[in-house]
Amino acid sequence: MDFLINPWPWYTSGAVIGLVMILLLFFGKSFGFSANLRTMCSIAGAGSKVSFFNFDWKKQTWNLVFLVGAILGGWIANTFMNDGNPVQIAASTINDLAALGIAAPESMQPTEIFSWEFASSIKGILFLIFGGLLVGFGARYAGGCTSGHAISGVSDLQIPSMIAVVGFFIGGLIMTHLLLPLIF
Amino acid sequence: MKLIKYAITGILFGIVMTKSEAISWFRIQEMFRFQSFHMYGIIITAIVIGVITTQLIKRFKIRDIGGNPIIFNPKDMSIWRYLAGGTIFGLGWAMTGACPGPMFVNFGYGYSMMILIIIGALLGTLLYGILRTKLPH
Repeated sequence: MDFLINPWPWYTSGAVIGLVMILLLFFGKSFGFSANLRTMCSIAGAGSKVSFFNFDWKKQTWNLVFLVGAILGGWIANTFMNDGNPVQIAASTINDLAALGIAAPESMQPTEIFSWEFASSIKGILFLIFGGLLVGFGARYAGGCTSGHAISGVSDLQIPSMIAVVGFFIGGLIMTHLLLPLIF
Repeated sequence: MKLIKYAITGILFGIVMTKSEAISWFRIQEMFRFQSFHMYGIIITAIVIGVITTQLIKRFKIRDIGGNPIIFNPKDMSIWRYLAGGTIFGLGWAMTGACPGPMFVNFGYGYSMMILIIIGALLGTLLYGILRTKLPH
């Protein structure tokens, strides 16, 4: 059972993610996680004010169920499949992050960002909410996120999805190399 | 009960995102610094499997479990919306280390402060909906 408890190598991980996409295709759906954010806005009543949210969200119920499953999956993986070791990242990344004041991994996430100590400071609240806002806004503007574009769209060799992935990297590189050093 | 298969697929997704460590901010930083093959290997493997399956489905007109044709909807062609939207998304992805799926997987993992990122993502989605007609697409 060690293979379940240890971190999965990239090829197993990629294959299972591919399988998730294929399963959804055979269920007659398409893999796109960020659509759930739009659905949630509709359920909250945004459709009465903004036409973008005025759609038959009940057709997205399957995706919300998938989302609940994803939350459960995270819990199951941590509770029953965790070897307790920190994420094994490259020594060069550890060095680069040390320069930002972020210590080497002790678990899945850096405590400098993912702790309530940071998340209850003014800087932490703004950082986490604004970071999420960029993801949510960008995903809808681009018409999809990593699952919809980088996996589903590129698998269908769609040019728009390839352009979106180029955008993901432009933004990611700007944030990583230019902006994060200013923030931390 | 028709919905249970989506719950199971979602659980599989949550488990693979965790066990692959793709939900880790550290792994996303490593990727954007080009210091490990790990994340690239995951994405490339998923895409290779995806491309082959998509081609097979189209070539042999394979149907879904309901007997309906599997349809791939081509996205409208544009450069600006995908490049601009993608770049904004990428800024947030590198900042939080979380794209929409991992936000929720991390929440399930036990990182309760992810709720702030989720609230932010909902606000961002709402903001896009409000500004949509004024934005170049």
